[in-house]
Amino acid sequence: MNDILALDFMRQALLAALLAGFAAPLVGVFLVQRRMSLIGDGMGHVALAGVAVGVLTNSAPVLTALVGAVLAAVAIELIRASGRTSGDTALAVMFYGGIALGVVLIARSSAGTPATLTSYLFGAILTTTTGDIVVFAVLAAVVLATTLVLRPRFFAVANDEDYARALGMPVLGYNVVLAVLTAVTVVVSMRIVGLLLISALMILPNATSQLFARSFRSALWWAVAIGVACSVGGVVVSYYAETPSGGTIVLLAVAAFLLASTGAALGARARRAAHARSERHDHEHRPGCGHAAIEHGDHVDYLHDGHRHAAHEEHYDEHGPHTKVEPR
Amino acid sequence: MSAPPPLVRLHAASFGYADRLVVGGVDLELHQGEVVALLGPNGSGKSTLVRGILGLTAHQGGDVELFGTARERFTEHTRIGYVPQRHSLSASVRATVTEIVEVGRLPHRPWWRPASREDRAIVREAIADVGLADRATEEVAALSGGQQRRVLIARALAGRPELLVMDEPTAGVDHESQEALAEVLQRLADRGTSMLIVTHELAALEAVVSRIVCLDSGHVDFDGDFAAYSAHVAGHSAGSGHHHPEDRVARSGHVIGAAPLDPAPRRRTS
Repeated sequence: MNDILALDFMRQALLAALLAGFAAPLVGVFLVQRRMSLIGDGMGHVALAGVAVGVLTNSAPVLTALVGAVLAAVAIELIRASGRTSGDTALAVMFYGGIALGVVLIARSSAGTPATLTSYLFGAILTTTTGDIVVFAVLAAVVLATTLVLRPRFFAVANDEDYARALGMPVLGYNVVLAVLTAVTVVVSMRIVGLLLISALMILPNATSQLFARSFRSALWWAVAIGVACSVGGVVVSYYAETPSGGTIVLLAVAAFLLASTGAALGARARRAAHARSERHDHEHRPGCGHAAIEHGDHVDYLHDGHRHAAHEEHYDEHGPHTKVEPR
Repeated sequence: MSAPPPLVRLHAASFGYADRLVVGGVDLELHQGEVVALLGPNGSGKSTLVRGILGLTAHQGGDVELFGTARERFTEHTRIGYVPQRHSLSASVRATVTEIVEVGRLPHRPWWRPASREDRAIVREAIADVGLADRATEEVAALSGGQQRRVLIARALAGRPELLVMDEPTAGVDHESQEALAEVLQRLADRGTSMLIVTHELAALEAVVSRIVCLDSGHVDFDGDFAAYSAHVAGHSAGSGHHHPEDRVARSGHVIGAAPLDPAPRRRTS
């Protein structure tokens, strides 16, 4: 590990990975909540057109990508808010138009090579400059501060837009701010993960934490921890294995998801195995059947000879002996 | 000294969508301390009317005033609590009862300020008010439909509203939860909270409702107390075999008496 830290470009790469790993899941959780998991992917497509303009005009591609992604973000929210059925098609035109324009403009540029294109699409941490890192750090700080302060508002709007509107909250305004933060995160992460893979770093850590966390808050912080671990871990692995950083990071995130899925499935199986059927009886429990009804989680148990019976498909489950204090 | 303005005043108010008018020319006033049940057959415009009052459905004509201010200029959103017609809370991400109820406090503080100790105490109190204190840290997705309704009511109560607008709070809720809901609403009425409740299960709310308004095809068909409502329904039932839409409400509600909605034990599928 010390050999990595001795290298300037690797220190920069690890810092960039830390920023991307923190910011992406933090913003991504609200995209998952709004069932818009693929929107970051679309913004990445449009950001490529911005990168291409920067390459073509010899200006900073990071800044032109930022302009492209932010314009796309605002357009996406305005199109969605219009509620038109043609909105979906409009988004597809914008996303594919963006990536096609990017590919064509980079090919026409004297500085543009297939390697340039690949580095932006799939990430190329070794080409990140100190100037890039400074810009990323500033942008990431803005994303983190804004998201943390507005988190309760973003949660409210993503959970129930109508209710938020009834509370007098500026729903469209919050959605536009979230979309812009997503666009900024896309740009912050593009050098490390790549424009085609950035969405994975926003979504997969959240999908993983949703498998085992018990609240929004804990799921969010677990997602950030997984995002940072995959991002930083991916850069380290890519250094030793000589693999591209973006693909390595995303493969680690996929592995974390599969591991958590397997754990969750095994846990559910163990719980099913632990579930016990009551002894056979012909009596059907119902309100007023003569047995006391006790609310238990999402169902009602009936007290039968000191045991709790719960209806389950065509039989009754044994939910244990009755005690005064309800088990939680 | 002049009387305070009504909490809600509609004059020839119309609401609907771009291509169709759902509620047309409604006159209605709701005063401090009233608990109004809004009845009507499916499609009569009950939900559109309450959503229109809250600004969630397009206002297409007439006047809408909230606490004496025209709806378009009304900014005191903390004075109104809303319980939407939803069968279950979104399960796209995990959230606890407390996290959902905390949303109801948001309009009471500026966007940059985190929740205060008082905010948290009020959230705990709202959860206790609906009888879910022992479930505060549980995931809402793990609760029954009736308990989830109570979470939505707690969310509205956390805003400490003067007027509570509820859209079908008892629909599809098991008998036990209906009774718990009725108790909650009775406590709120005793505290002087005014309510506008869209419902089909009038029997469940009989003790708490002070006035009944019936909508039919987007118009107010009846507005009065229980005695007048019973006479109104009896008058329609005595007709020559013609079934007025109101009869359907009567069959499921106050006059004929409602059966428990969920008499059988819930059978889980997994």
